[in-house]
Amino acid sequence: MTPKLTRRRFIKSVIFFGAAASSGAGFYLASAAAQRPAGGVERLVSLNVNGRTRRVDVMPQETLAHTLRYKLGLTGTKLGCNRGECGACTVTVDDVTNYACSTLTHSVKGRQVVTVEGLRAADGTLHAVQQAFIDELSPQCGFCTPGQIMSAVALLKTNPRPTREEARQALSGNLCRCGAYDHYLNGVMRASGQLS
Amino acid sequence: MPAYDNMPAMELYQPVQVEDALSLASRLADRGWLLGGGQDTYGWIKDRAKRPEALIDLNGIESMRGIRETSDGIEIGALATLTEISTNPLISERYALLAKAASVVASPQIRNVGTIAGNVSQDVRCWYYRRGLDCYRAGGNLCYADTPEAQNREHALFNASRCVAVTPSDTGPALVALEAQMVISREGGQRVVAAEDFFVGPAINITRTTVMEPGEILTAVRIPAKWANAEYFYEKVADRNVWDFALVSLAAVMRTEGGNIQDSRLVCGAVECTPRRLRSVEQAIQGQPRNQATADMVAGMASEGAQPLTHNHFKMPLMDNLVQRALTA
Ligand SMILES: Cc1cc2nc3c(=O)[nH]c(=O)nc-3n(C[C@H](O)[C@H](O)[C@H](O)COP(=O)(O)OP(=O)(O)OC[C@H]3O[C@@H](n4cnc5c(N)ncnc54)[C@H](O)[C@@H]3O)c2cc1C
Ligand code: SF4
Ligand code: FES
Ligand code: FES
Repeated sequence: MTPKLTRRRFIKSVIFFGAAASSGAGFYLASAAAQRPAGGVERLVSLNVNGRTRRVDVMPQETLAHTLRYKLGLTGTKLGCNRGECGACTVTVDDVTNYACSTLTHSVKGRQVVTVEGLRAADGTLHAVQQAFIDELSPQCGFCTPGQIMSAVALLKTNPRPTREEARQALSGNLCRCGAYDHYLNGVMRASGQLS
Repeated sequence: MPAYDNMPAMELYQPVQVEDALSLASRLADRGWLLGGGQDTYGWIKDRAKRPEALIDLNGIESMRGIRETSDGIEIGALATLTEISTNPLISERYALLAKAASVVASPQIRNVGTIAGNVSQDVRCWYYRRGLDCYRAGGNLCYADTPEAQNREHALFNASRCVAVTPSDTGPALVALEAQMVISREGGQRVVAAEDFFVGPAINITRTTVMEPGEILTAVRIPAKWANAEYFYEKVADRNVWDFALVSLAAVMRTEGGNIQDSRLVCGAVECTPRRLRSVEQAIQGQPRNQATADMVAGMASEGAQPLTHNHFKMPLMDNLVQRALTA
């Protein structure tokens, strides 16, 4: 129906994008570099994820969720909608919550990425939020849980004793199709020591 | 149309000097795509509804960050995030209208990365268009939303011209109310455009929502001191408080003297393709007290002249009721 699905467009894009991919993969310096505008990204990057430096080959258009899940094996970060509409992919970048499905991996170079896998202490002790979510039976199916945890962890970092309303606001970008919202809020209140 | 998880291959540039970004933007023109927080970008590209060949990520450009005081108000770097704007002490204190508008955009995570530039430059949210249909706005020759069977509950009441999509930006109406100035740079030059003239409707240009041309970059937004510490009202009505776009929003600033309104600006979002100033209401309330009697006097005035579609009549009383609230809040 639309012109972009025609065969000519398809072939054109293969040619263009094929060329772009090969230059990205290696022939970057020397003559190729002379023709391209300054500032194009190198594919091999160092990322700081959960306190460790990881060297990864990252496509220019790659999202952080893709890198975490399919290249670094960190599948705790979930993909629900992949469109910024659910929060299942929430991670923190420099302590601020981001949707990993809607973040370019190249934009987190030199910054601290933390996923749900990075919260436990070295001896295996769970983060206070994780433990509180278990104690309060917060999750139902659990799919949205890693994202809810990351939002709660980021909140408590800046506001260690939030009101329930503040917690509601902070977790409002995390959809729970099981509707376990109140249980998550109970968890946040417990993690912040306001529920005995 | 299938949905894809990954974006197709593209080039990515991450300039750190605004000059480099401007020369890239001018060199790539329509083939390039400026990137702020990317929150209005990735969906387009994942759906293959837009196919830029290269992304120009502006986030490394230090000179486009920050919020500072100037001799006449404040200057907000184009890369300031909506979270920064809604929590900035200077803005919260003097231009609380803007802080409030920024605080109700999308969700916390989107506000954490979404920039003010991206918020005012974002494309319309008409789902026919977003789905990649070749409607007027996409260069075709029909509008899928303006038919008797169409789902057009969210669409325009005023000044439609072939396209009936509305402005989706929550900060746009606040910036028009505050008489903001948009600083637009291009290679070798700069122009400053009033927020009111920054947004354009389909009669002027059906493929763009702002006056910006390919090669231009919005580098800053200036808020003049004129409306600092003014009385204000802001309300966004949406189906859900998170994620959803406004069905109607109202941003208003007022100056009262001796109990009467001396000057005011009332601007509605989501009722036409640009933020809509309610000039007739502004004129009618001048010199009147901010109270119920004045609200009654202007009842129905905001929605006068509306041309509703099949499913959006409800926006008319919504506009009128928001004006009531603004005058009695
Ligand atoms: C699920 C969801 C819900 C949303 N809900 C809302 C809502 O309720 N209210 C609302 O207002 N918005 C909403 N948005 C839209 C949007 O994502 C945000 O408004 C955000 O502010 C966009 O900013 P960004 O920096 O991420 O934009 P980007 O995606 O980076 O850019 C958007 C557009 O602006 C252009 N652009 C970016 N920076 C510049 C610049 N400096 N100069 C010139 N052009 C530039 C880009 O090329 C692009 O065309 C929503 C988005 C999603 C995905
Ligand atoms: S309202 Fe505008 S964007 Fe939507 S289908 Fe009609 S022409 Fe296209
Ligand atoms: S997967 Fe990222 S917000 Fe849904
Ligand atoms: S627990 Fe099932 S989605 Fe939240």
